[in-house]
Parts: sequence; structure tokens; C-alpha cells
Amino acid sequence: MSALEVSGLQKSFGGLRVTREVNLSVEPGERRLIIGPNGAGKTTLFSLITGELRPDAGSIRLFGREIVRVPSRRRAHLGLARTYQIITLFQRETLLHNVMLSLLGLSGLRWNPFRRFAQQAALIEAGRAALARVGLLDMADRPLSDTSYGERRRVEIAMGLAQNPKVLLLDEPFAGLSIEERRDVQGLLASIPHDVTIVMIEHDMDVALEFAERITVLHFGEVVVEGSRAEVVAHPKTREIYLGE
Amino acid sequence: MNLWLLAANSIAFGGLLFLLSAGFALIFGLMRIPNLTHGSLFMLGAYFGVSLISWGVGFWLAALAGGVGVAVLGGLIERLLLRRLPGAELAQVLVTLGLSFMIADACLMQWGGDPISIETPAALRGASRVAGVAFPTYRLGVIVIAVAFAVVLWAMLERTRLGAMIRAGVDDPMMARAVGIRVPLLFTLVFCLGSGLAGFAGVIGGPILSVYPGLDQDMLPLALVVVILGGSGSLVGAFVGSFVVGVLYNFGQALLPELAYVVLFLPMLVVLVVRPAGLFGRSSP
Amino acid sequence: MRRLAALGSLLLALGLLASLPAWIGNSYYVNIASQVLLYAVFALGLNVIVGYAGLVSLGHAGLFGIAAYSGAILITAGYGHFVAIAGALVVTLGVAALFAVLALRGTGLGFVMITVALGQIVWGVAYRWISLTNGDNGVSITSRPAPFGLSLVDANPFYWATLVVFLVAVAAIAIFVASPFGASLRGTRDQPRRMNALGYNVWLIRFLAFLFSGLWSGVAGLLFLYYNQFVSPQTVALTASAEVLLMVISGGTATLLGPIAGALLVVIMKNVASGYIERWNFVLGAIFVAIVIFMPEGLVPGSLRLWRWATRRRRQHPAGPAAMAPVPHGSINGGAQ
Ligand SMILES: Nc1ncnc2c1ncn2[C@@H]1O[C@H](COP(=O)(O)OP(=O)(O)OP(=O)(O)O)[C@@H](O)[C@H]1O
Ligand SMILES: [Mg+2]
Repeated sequence: MSALEVSGLQKSFGGLRVTREVNLSVEPGERRLIIGPNGAGKTTLFSLITGELRPDAGSIRLFGREIVRVPSRRRAHLGLARTYQIITLFQRETLLHNVMLSLLGLSGLRWNPFRRFAQQAALIEAGRAALARVGLLDMADRPLSDTSYGERRRVEIAMGLAQNPKVLLLDEPFAGLSIEERRDVQGLLASIPHDVTIVMIEHDMDVALEFAERITVLHFGEVVVEGSRAEVVAHPKTREIYLGE
Repeated sequence: MNLWLLAANSIAFGGLLFLLSAGFALIFGLMRIPNLTHGSLFMLGAYFGVSLISWGVGFWLAALAGGVGVAVLGGLIERLLLRRLPGAELAQVLVTLGLSFMIADACLMQWGGDPISIETPAALRGASRVAGVAFPTYRLGVIVIAVAFAVVLWAMLERTRLGAMIRAGVDDPMMARAVGIRVPLLFTLVFCLGSGLAGFAGVIGGPILSVYPGLDQDMLPLALVVVILGGSGSLVGAFVGSFVVGVLYNFGQALLPELAYVVLFLPMLVVLVVRPAGLFGRSSP
Repeated sequence: MRRLAALGSLLLALGLLASLPAWIGNSYYVNIASQVLLYAVFALGLNVIVGYAGLVSLGHAGLFGIAAYSGAILITAGYGHFVAIAGALVVTLGVAALFAVLALRGTGLGFVMITVALGQIVWGVAYRWISLTNGDNGVSITSRPAPFGLSLVDANPFYWATLVVFLVAVAAIAIFVASPFGASLRGTRDQPRRMNALGYNVWLIRFLAFLFSGLWSGVAGLLFLYYNQFVSPQTVALTASAEVLLMVISGGTATLLGPIAGALLVVIMKNVASGYIERWNFVLGAIFVAIVIFMPEGLVPGSLRLWRWATRRRRQHPAGPAAMAPVPHGSINGGAQ
């Protein structure tokens, strides 16, 4: 059974068919890379999978379970998490608070109006652990507005990891990072255990190719090539799209 | 009860509402500014008309001058205040709300607390027979004016360059800017136009509604309902919405005077639940 | 150490508040203090939705007024105070739920416009449904409740009763805001989309917050009814909604002290202004415009910012270029989505 199986997925905005027909199957524990030129519909595909956008047609299965009609927030509870290409964090709060919000989202405690959020030992501990995984533990109590872009990227990843998802969707986690930061994040991604299935969108081929076993090339809302690293790199279509041949 | 008369009154009132809310809808659609001074501008136009007429200016000239005066004021509000708050919607709500209180109080100071009626222009007094039924001529006149304005506005929006720019601005402000439309100037123009229409409607409405403190608070919710019903930025929506509201308001007051307000707002509630973007508004993704 | 200092100032404030009638003397001023407290409860309630949920309501006077009207109508119908208060709160919560369902169909501007419209419906009902509300003449009641046999007829006991309600409101809202639910609510204000993807039910969170906000508005409305022993359409007018919104934003949204400071400011100004000038509404409007243009983050944080900026400037650049002090994140100018 696939961890994530997308079939016949379609979405258009007005007349613009952003997702024409996407079929995708990702095995449990797999590292899948999605590449494609700007505007190919990669981010849109993620939003469809998480339910932030509603597809016009198609099916999405998470470990065999049809989730296309499940509201976005329930999909998080089913073990689906994502990060955002455009950083979407809580500016006014500390790093720890950001990650704790991620944890709280899956906890029944989120409805509790009586206890003190800042004193929830279990959340604090798990939040600090998630920050430690991305190497930001020492700045846990710093407000997010006082952090660098690279640090925020890592908070994005920490938010995703904190939820302990079964399937994690990473949207350009290396975007805007320095070479050193890239190396750090690369190490961090490599350390994620294989009970987490990862689908990653990335433009930077060097870091991405090393990470993924299988690669899907998306172009104009369609999967044009799919296969192993070597297959995809050698495929004439890939060369056509990327080199304009 | 004379149903025909009630119907005519409803339609005339709908016409007035259209003059009022077309501007509101355009300003809201193009600039995303919920202009809470709109009722005040209507009232201010009416008071301008009162003063002009008392100085011996003819009714129609007073209506035009009232419209122009309010248009200038609207332009000033946009240039001096709203311009400083680009994209800050809440701040714009608060500024226009604050201004509406200031205008209301200034009017109370200047024109006092008693209702003032504007006399119907001599040529339109009395009743006319249409299809064998007698209607007050002035109300027929208001209907004709409203329809004429609707046609002119529609033609302006659909057939002129300015209209094309406004439509582009409503559809996609970013894109409009990107293709070189001078959006700031456009904003001022639309704000002037919308304000001027409200002021003009105030004078035209004078013989029907008369002018009194609180007229602004009576009219603003009606414009809001029209726009919520019709959809923001849609002229057709404002047109249809105005007549729906005009009919509901007048029939409600005649048949269920105590609950007229509830009757008026019910369709708005239904539209909100069923189609939040309004009947003619484009739903945002 | 800091804890101790905080506890000390809290106790001092409590002592000052409780002994206020003793040192203020005059019952006219004690009554104004009661007004400040009851409006502070209202502003605190509105702040839940404006400050913490980031949804600006201009219809809250409708909820405040519905509580006052329901209480007044039940009392004139012969029910006791307990039934009237309970009934009024139930009605207010019901109406708040209806308001929330409708207003939450829109966010941002849509929410504002719908709340304006809903508030105006309540006004229209108060004004026109004469057989129920007595129209323009309003409804009067002739008695105040006497909890545990203590009469609230005089200014001082009424003040103390209001103070108790006020303190309960402050405590309840402080606990609410600091709770996991409060954190969720602020999350939906700042990043609703992400909150949804993180597993939160954004709509339900906002709905519940609206009910909570409506509850305190209703409590304040009942205090208002007992304070004036009268309620009229004026109580539910758009001006009334604007006034309480002014309290919230002038003091600073999303803070606990802001709405209280705002209520103090507005009530005192209103009473002072009405002594010297008739034109309270003009002043109210002018303050709105001035605050939005010059102090978008509210008077309390705004004054602090200007003060810090001025003092630092004096120290560092005695003749530096005249630059506007930076406006921090979270002001009303930038906070709207
Ligand atoms: N909400 C929307 N409404 C209208 N068009 C949209 C919307 N979201 C995305 N699009 C359009 O859909 C297309 C695909 O967008 P998407 O963000 O999925 O691309 P992408 O592959 O992630 O690109 P990039 O590499 O730049 O991140 C683009 O042309 C974009 O303009
Ligand atoms: Mg993308």
C-alpha cells in the first residue's frame, strides 16, 4: 500500500488549468523529489494534497484511505504535515511558542481555556526537542521577528517535524539559504527516520538529487517524467524542459 | 392600501438607493475601502441642496452643485486621509467612521435638529397617469433619473477607457498597476465619482425623504445591504440590489411597520449564508 | 523578586479600587467610576474578538443592548432579577451565536460590514418594534437587585458590586488569553491558513471566541441597565459600537490593560466633554481619525513609543534628521489582513 497516492487530480483557477492531471504514488518511507519550472503547479499540488485547496476532480489516498473529502484540519490529524515555500510563521511569538502551536494542533488540550499554555510541560519538552533537531534550541525563547531568514526556514521544518507526521511535504526547504545553511538542513533531513515518508519540492538540484530516491518532473500541471535519479536526468524530456532543447 | 402607489414608491426609492450605492459598490470593489462616510455624504449633499435652494438656486442646479460639492469633499478625504493608509483596511474603516461622526455633528450644528423638507420642483408636482394608474410625477422622475444614470454609468464602465481601467482595477489591482494604469489617480476619480453620486442622490431624495439628523445612519445600512446583496464592485449587483431593497423596505414599512428592519435584512442574511460573495460578486478562491 | 513586585502592585491596585469611594468622596465621581468599570468589562469583551481574534466588530453594541433590553423587558414583565439576568444572558448568547454564524461568513472587511449590518438590525428592532421595546422612549426599570440582601440602590454599593463583576471579568479573560485555547485563538488571528493545516478548527475557535466576547458584552449590558435603570435605542446605535471600539483601540488591542485604560479615557472624556462642549460625537470622530493617523497601535503603546523615541533621540542625535518613529508590528494599520 502506498503512503500517498494521488490519481487524476485536477485543479484550475478561473480558466487557468494549473493541475491538469496528476498521478503520483509514493511508497512508505520513500524520499520523493518533485521538480519542475516555476509555475509548474508544484505548490498547488501540495495545497491540494493537504486540502487547503479543493480539487476539481481526482482522488487522494493516504495509506489507502481516501481523504479528498476530509477537511484540511483533519488531514493533519491523519498524519499529514507540510512546510511552506513562503514562510508562514507566527511573527509575534517566540520560536518555542511557534513549535508548541504546531504540537497543540494535534492535542486535545487546544480547546482548554483554563490551563496556562506557557506551563504545559509536555508541550514545552516536545517543542524544545523539535527545536533541538533543527539546531535552534539555544534561541528557543527568542521572538521569531529577531531571527534570520535561514533560522526561520529551519523553524518551518521544526513545525512540520514536531507533529510527528507519517507523510511530510517540504516545499523548497532550501530556498534562500546560504551554502553552509544548506549543508546543515541537508544533514537534518538525512537524519529524519524512514518511518516518515517525505515528498520534497526543490529547485536546487545538487542538494535535492542527493536526497531523493525517485524524482517526479512536473510541467504545466502534468507529470512528464518519473523515475530514478539517473533515469530522470538522462530523459530527453527533462533536458527539453530544463535546457530548452 | 394602494398597491400601485406602494410599488411606485418602492421603485423610486430603489432608484435613489442605486444612486447612493453604485458609488459605494465601486469604491468598495476598486479600492477595498468600506466607505462608512457614504451615508453622511448623502446627507451632506441634501443639506447643501437645502441651503442652495434657500439662496434661490433652482432645484436641478442645486442637485448638481450639491453633487459636485460632495464630490470635491470626497476627493479631499481620499487624498488627505485615506491615501495615507494604503491597504490598511481596518484603519480606513475607523477613519471613515470617525469622519461620519464629525460630519453628522457638523450638520447638526449648521442646520439644526429639525427635519427640513425640500420642495418638489414645480414641473414635477402632481400626478401622472401611466397605463391608467396615477403616480406621483416626481417619483417617476426619480426612476427615470436613476435608470439614466445606470445606463450612463454602465456605458462609462463598459465602453470607455476610464471604465476599462476601473474594471481592470476591480478585477486585479496588482495587474492593473503592472500594466501601467495610474491607480492612485483612478482611486481619487472613483472616490469623487462615488461621493458625488451620493451627494446628488441626497438632494434628489430630499423631496421624498426630507433631510434630518440621522438620515446618514438610515441610509448607510441600506447601502451596505445593497452591496452585500449585489456583490462588491458590481454595478449590475448594485442595480438589482437597490430595487430589491427598495421594494422590501417600502412594503415592509407598509405591511409590517414594526419589523420593517428585520424584513429588510432577511434577504441579506440568506445571501450571506448561501452565497457570501453576493448575487453578482465574484467569489474569491 | 519581579513576581513579588507584580503581586505588590496588584494588591495596591486592588486596595485603591476597593477603597475608591472613601477617598473620592463625592457620589457623582463614584458613579463615573462605576461607568468606567462597566465599560471596561464591555471593552475587555470586545477585545477578545478585536484584539485576540483579529476580527473587528462594529456590532457589539447590539449584543450589549440585547442583554440590557432583555433584562429590562423581563423585569417589567414581573420576573425577578435572577431570572432576568439569567434570561438576558441566555438570549444574548443565542443572538451572539447567530451573529457569529453570519459574520464569520466573511473575514476582514466582510466581517466588519456584516457586523455593522447586524448591529443596525438590532437598532431597527429597538427603534421600531414599539410593542416590545417601547420604541424611542426606551424601557425603564425601577429597582436594582439586592444580592445577599445587600441593597445596591446607593452609589457606593453599586460601585462595589460593579467592581466585583469587573474583577471576575479581568480574571476570566486573563486566564482565557493565557490558556491553550487563547494561544489557538491568537494563532488564528496571525496565520489562519497555517492553523488550519496544523489541525485547528479555525471557524469553531472563532465562533467560541465570539460567544465568549458576547457573554462579557452581555454582562456589561446588564450592568449598564442597572446603572441607568433605563435602556433606549441610543444604547444600540452604531455610535455606541464605535465608542467601545474606540476604547479598545485607543488603549491598545490584544492587551489586558489597554481596554481598561481606553474605557477610563473615553468615559472621562465623554463626561468632561459633555460638561464643556455639546459636541461629543464630533470629538469622538476626531479622536478616531487622529489615533488612526498618528498612533495606530493605540494610545498606551503609542505614547510609550513616542516617549522612548523622543528620549533616545535626545540622547543619541541631538540634531538628527526628523524621521518618524517606527511603528511596530501589530498596529491597526498593518494588522488587518
Ligand atoms: N490562488 C491562485 N489563484 C490563481 N492562480 C494561482 C493561484 N495559485 C497559484 N496560481 C497559479 O498557478 C500556477 C502554478 O502555481 P504554483 O505556485 O503551484 O507553482 P510552483 O510550481 O510552485 O512554482 P514555483 O516554482 O515558482 O514555486 C502559477 O501560474 C500561479 O500563478
Ligand atoms: Mg511553489
